[in-house]
Order: sequence, then structure tokens, then C-alpha cells
Amino acid sequence: MNSIILRVGTQYLCGILVLFSLYMLIRGHNEPGGGFIGGLIGSTGFVLFALACGTADARNALKVMPQNIAMAGLGIALLAGIYAAIFGDALFTGQWLFINETPEDKGIPISTVLFFDIGVYLVVFGSILSIVFAMEEEI
Amino acid sequence: MNDDTATATKPTGNGLVGLIPVGIALLLFGWFLSLAPAIADGQTLRVVWDWVPSLGISMSFLLDGLSLTFALLISGIGALVLLYSNTYLAGHPQFARFALFLTSFMLAMLGLVLADNLIGLFVFWELTTITSYLLIGFGHDTTKGRRSALQALFVTGAGALALLAGFILLGFSMGSFELSEILVQADALKAHEMYLPILILILAGTFTKSAQFPFHFWLPNAMAAPTPVSAFLHSATMVKAGVYLMARMHPGMSGTDVWFWTLTIAGAFTAVFASILALRQTDLKQALAYTTLMALGTLTLFLGQTSGYAMTAFATFLVVHSLYKASLFLVVGCIDHSTGTREADVLGGLGRIMPFTAFAAGLAALSMAGFPPFLGFIGKELKYAGILAIGSEPFIFAAALLLANALMFAVAGIVALRPFWQRTGIALPRKPQEAPWTMLAGPVILAVLGALFGVYPDLLQVSLVDPTVKSLLGSIEDSKELKLWAGVNMPLIMSIATVALGAALYLGHKRLRPALGRLVDASPQFDNGWDRFLAGLKAFAAWQTRIIQPGILRRYIFATFATVLIAIGGTMLLRNAMPALPDLSDITFQNVALVVLISAGALLTAVTSSRIAAMAALGVVGIGVAMIFIVFSAPDVAITQLLVETLVVVLVAVALLRLPVLDENGRDRRPLDAILAGGVGLSVTLVLLAVLETPLDLRLTEYFEVTSWPEAFGRNIVNVILVDFRALDTFGEIAVVVIAALSAYALLRTTHPRKDP
Repeated sequence: MNSIILRVGTQYLCGILVLFSLYMLIRGHNEPGGGFIGGLIGSTGFVLFALACGTADARNALKVMPQNIAMAGLGIALLAGIYAAIFGDALFTGQWLFINETPEDKGIPISTVLFFDIGVYLVVFGSILSIVFAMEEEI
Repeated sequence: MNDDTATATKPTGNGLVGLIPVGIALLLFGWFLSLAPAIADGQTLRVVWDWVPSLGISMSFLLDGLSLTFALLISGIGALVLLYSNTYLAGHPQFARFALFLTSFMLAMLGLVLADNLIGLFVFWELTTITSYLLIGFGHDTTKGRRSALQALFVTGAGALALLAGFILLGFSMGSFELSEILVQADALKAHEMYLPILILILAGTFTKSAQFPFHFWLPNAMAAPTPVSAFLHSATMVKAGVYLMARMHPGMSGTDVWFWTLTIAGAFTAVFASILALRQTDLKQALAYTTLMALGTLTLFLGQTSGYAMTAFATFLVVHSLYKASLFLVVGCIDHSTGTREADVLGGLGRIMPFTAFAAGLAALSMAGFPPFLGFIGKELKYAGILAIGSEPFIFAAALLLANALMFAVAGIVALRPFWQRTGIALPRKPQEAPWTMLAGPVILAVLGALFGVYPDLLQVSLVDPTVKSLLGSIEDSKELKLWAGVNMPLIMSIATVALGAALYLGHKRLRPALGRLVDASPQFDNGWDRFLAGLKAFAAWQTRIIQPGILRRYIFATFATVLIAIGGTMLLRNAMPALPDLSDITFQNVALVVLISAGALLTAVTSSRIAAMAALGVVGIGVAMIFIVFSAPDVAITQLLVETLVVVLVAVALLRLPVLDENGRDRRPLDAILAGGVGLSVTLVLLAVLETPLDLRLTEYFEVTSWPEAFGRNIVNVILVDFRALDTFGEIAVVVIAALSAYALLRTTHPRKDP
């Protein structure tokens, strides 16, 4: 597939998909979305990119080996779980911090749960891409 | 010591890596020693930490006479062996690994003898299995080393599985996993209907660990390990773990006929059998290995009894054996290190060159042979007194013990006398020289202790023997006195007979060897049997792999679905759980349309002869399923489903380029597959209908609905469950995802050489 229109179009589409996947990841705690879905959307963007421009370009654009992304995600998820244990709770208990909290408004929530979800995102993203890239290079 | 010239070029130690473990062991030894007076006063110490409170599992440790004796032997001999190996393996490239293994093993062993909780004890038991596997297999560049390590791992590991089953049975039968609570209910335990299964399972664990016949064959092979490891594992630790556990269980389980006969017969047979084999060995280390088997057999034999003499004999011989055996192993290591050989027929005349080694060897061997005034003599006298106190058939067992002791006498001569004093005139592989002090410290200290305790038996009596007997029998009233001269009595006469018979065997052992060889060759070979057993196991695995996993994807899927059909359909038929027809009155056009869409897609996938069409039809099925989720308002699941479908289409499209065309004539129809597919579909449908017949338990759903926002600050319940309530499950799942991805990557990469990146 060597169409210039497809290649240019896909590059923009990939960016939009990755951006959208991050949006789905962040909103996941209250609305449909989350790490699994976000990771799937993000990886779809790069799968399309690899189809249109070749895996070499896709790997260059990604800069990091997808396997490493997946491993990093697993590590982040684990750390997010261990964090609770350090503070005496059971493993994987959510720890929350509300920035600018007022009695009426909870402010900006930051939590280990979010980091755990980011880990899930990276695992799904990295795993799918490592399989798809390897398959495409094989053929 | 004249090691200066030789060690000028060779490293003498391994720096801090070699010294820190020695320090750890010494600190532990000192700590246990400081607790000894309290234990000698009759106290016991108990420490408890909660581990898994929800299952009643705690990390509880108990220090009484029995555990203290073991703990002192383990940490004391451990310190000497670690100091010794620092020189023995000086400059070895993998010394750090060795030190780690040996220290871990020592700590696991200490945990084992101190644990009061059954589960905790089992965990330490397995830790010793694993670390001893690593130690025996330290010389992993030889086939023999790997085989020996694996054999030890399999035999003791299999026993440990039985032991775990026994522990769980014991814990549930007695309502507690704490040994200190179980063992006080001895009568209830012995009368329990589960007593026999528990006993068999626990003995399976201890007999394999302590290498009792017929599980003895792994121990001599384990001599593939470096000599310091053998000295440690086969004197005071690894193989004594089984003996320890039998002693620990003794107050609660002994006294029954089955306990008495099993332990007595297995112990006596192992002792005689092993000491006959020991005489046959020409390799010094192998000879010692077989005498270790003999000692383990003797200890087991005494644990079968309940008399005060037997228990005192057990406690004394335990210490005696650990002292002289560790010492002799280390001496053999010195000889090997210095001359490059361990062959008894080659070695000779080392007495003048290695005087300190000869001194240690002589003391240890005199103790082993049972000469006064050594502790070994007292141990032997007590053994004879203990064996004569056996209730039934004492003379058969006494004769067995006498024979075994006489053989030990002969082996002591072979190991400690001949290498130093005989003249062979055969050139040694290396010019021998005396070992450095770090290697002499262990054997000399241990051998001198054997003599010291012989002259002052009260020291040992008060500090270790009496408390151990108290652990076994509940009081020290039955503990017999350790003394060198007990008057002219039956044990003394038997001792004299032992010396006479042993001397005769020693003088004639070269002539006996061929006869013994023929005897051994004629009897069943357990080591070869082991090889046949493993070969059979591998052949079976290969056979069933050929049937179930032939490498054809279609067969895999067939096997999987056939199993599902048999499991689900069979269960439903057997249980007669056929559901009633469902109520279809509230069905809508929307539902019907979805069902038709999905069924049509599935059917088309199965019958089409075009791959593109099949793929598209499969996509229809997936989207139909996603729409079901939308209809029943599960947007998260629907989105995931849609995205996965998209990715599957992409993946299949990539793979499609490589696949051959389908059979266009449509002859490739497989009726069997169709029947299987239909059967699986039907049975799954029936199961779902049956499930719907029981009212759905909504408590969990309600709990999540109520607590999701106030406790987890999230309104999307699916996501909150995934990342908060059930985060541990999710973590397991993403770990599986990563493993799957890495495996797929590895598979794809190994089919062809890697292209340029």
C-alpha cells in the first residue's frame, strides 16, 4: 500500500486516535472508558500507521520498543499497588489526593488508581503493538 | 603451616563476600548459645507473627531443647563450613553465588527447626529443598552434577508434596496448625480416624528427605556437590530435616504399633544396608555418604521407640554424628584439595605432611569408631542400651546395630587411618601440603569437641541432651546419664564385640570388596530404576503430546471444544439439570433482529469459500455481540468488544496474505466439526438457561453500586471494579497480557532469523 494520501491521512489520524485514547483513559473513572479501552484505541492508531507507512516508520515514530512499553506499564501498575501497602493498607487499595479541595468541591483528584489505569493502558498498548509489528514484519 | 609458597599466587579468600556469611552464622550461633541456659532450665520460647490471619496461618517460632540442639548444630557447623569454603573455593568465579546459596540454605534450615506452624514449617522445608538443589547442582557444567541435583530435587520434592497433604490433614483433623497445640493432644491424635493417612503422608516426606530405604539412592549421588556442601548437608542439616520432623512429631504420634514397626524396620534395614555398601566404596567421600545413611537409619530406628534409653541415645548420637561427620567430610575436602584425589587405594603417607589434618581425622574417626574416651563411645553404649530396651525382638535389632557399628568402625579406619599412615608408593596427582588454618579450623574444632564432650559428658548432658529428651518425652526424668564407665554390662560387652568384628572387617575389607560388589550387582539397582522411571515418564509425556498437541491448530481447537462439550454436556446429563423452556413473551423485534444478524454472520463464516467474506462475516458476529451489550446498557464492554473486533480484522487481514485459498469446491466440509460445534453451542445455551433459572444474587452488584462513589470516588462501576475493587485480579490479567505478547513475539521471531532492525 503505497498511497501518499493514505500515508499523510493516517499520520494525522494516528495522532488524533492517540489523543482520543488519552481522553478515554482519563475520563474512564466516571464515564465509559479506562485503561483497557484507551490502550486499544491508542494501539489502533499505530496499527493503522504501520499498515500505511510500514512498521519501520511506525517503530521510529514510537521511539521505544513496544515490549518495553508493556513491561513499563506492568511495573507502573505494580508500583501503584505496592504504594498502598507501604502506607499500611492492603495491596492495591486506592490512595487519593485532592488538590484544592473545598467543602463543596473535591478539586482535582490524583490517585494511585489513575496510575494503575495508566499501567493497564501501557500494557494493552505495548502488547498489541509488539504482536502486530512482529506479525507484519514476518510477512 | 607451610601454605605460604603455594598461596602466594593463588587467592586465599573472597573478600567481604566470603566473610559476611561467616559473620551472620557466628552471630546466630552466639545468639542461640545465649539462649541455651534458659532452655536448659526447662523453659521454651515462642514468638508469633500473624502471616495470613484469615487462614489461621501465622509465622510462629518455638525454641525448645530439640530445636535448640538443631539450631546450634546448624549455625555452628554452618559458620565453620562457610569459613572453610571461603578458602576451599577461593577465587572461584561463582563464589558469590555459592555463598548466597549456602547462607540461604542455612537460614531456611534454621527456620525449619524453629517453626511452630505447620504451614510455616512446610515453607521452610521446601526452601531447603530448593536451596539444596542449587547447592548440589553447583557444578552444573557436568551431566552428573545436573542429574544428581535433579534427582535430589524430585525425590525430596515429591516427598514434600505428600508432607503438605499430611500437614493439611493433620491441621484440619486437630483444629489447629500450631504444633505446640497439636502435640499436647497426643491421645486424641492417635485415636483419630485420620491418624494412619496422616502418618503415612508425613513419613513419606521424612523418609525421602532423610534418605531412608527405599528412597536412599539420591543421597550418595548428591556427593556431586562441592565437599563443604556435603559436609554441611549430610552432617547436621538437609538430611537431618526428616529426622528432626520425626522427632518433632514423636510426642504426638509415637507409641502406636504402626509407628514402632515402620520406623524400627526401615531404620534398621537402612543402617545395615548402607554400612555394607559403605565398606565397598573406594572414594572417601562416597564411603562417608553411605555412613551418613547408616546414621540416619540409626536415628530413625531410635525414634521408633519411646524408652528413655532410646531417646537419650537419639539425642546423643545426633550430636556425635554431626560433630564427627562434618569433621571427616571437611578432612576429606582438605585431602582432595591438597592431593587432587579421594581414592582410598591411592592415598597414603599424608600423616607427616598434613599433621593437623591427620590429627583432626584421627580424633573424629576414633569418635566415629566409638573408642573411649570419645563422645562416640558414650553414644555407642547408649545405642546398645537403647536397643536392648526395645519391647519386642530386641536381639534381632541389636544384632543389626552391632553389625552396622562394626562396619562403621571399619569405614572409620579406611577414611582416617589409611590415607595418612599406609604406604602405597603410588604417585599422587599433586604434591601434597598442609591445608591453611581456615580450612583446618572446622575439622579440628569439631573433632576436639567430640573428645571434650567425651571427657566431660555433663556439659552436653545438661545443655542439650536433657532438654532434647524433655522435648521428646515431656520430662527429663527418663533421661539417662551420659557416662564413660557404666560398669561391666551388656552394652560394654557388645562394644568389645563391635571393636573385634570391626577390626576384622577393616583388615579384610580389600578381600571383601569383590564379594560385596557381586552382592550389590545382584540386588535391584534403585539408581538405574530411577533412570527407567524417568525415561518412562518422558515417553508417556511424548505419547500424550503427540495425541493432544500434534501441532495442527484445527486439532487443538477440536480437542479443546470436545473437552468443553464432554465436561458441560456430560455434567448436565449426569445431574439431570435440563432447564425448562424460557418465557419468550417479553421478547422484542430488536432482540430477534440481533439474533438473526449474529446467526447469519456465523453461518456465513462457516460455509463461505472466500477468506475476505469469512472475515467480514466474523466481523458481523462481533459487532452483533457488541450491539447486545449496548442494548443491555454496558457501554464499556461494548466499546471494548468493538475495538477488539477492529483489531482482529486488522490482524487477520495481515495474516491473510500468507494463507492458501480455501477449498473452493466446497468438498472440505467436515461433518464431525459441524456436529461438535452444534453440540458445544447447544450445551452452552442449556447451561445459560439453567443458570437463569436460579435467581440472580444481586448483593455484589448492589454493593458496588452503593460504594463505588463514596468509597472509590468513581461513577463508572465497571472501571472502578477493574482498577480498585478488583485491582489485584486486573494486575494478574495484564501480567498475562504481557506474557502472551512476549511469547507471541518470541514465536514469530524464532521461525525466521531476525531481519535488520
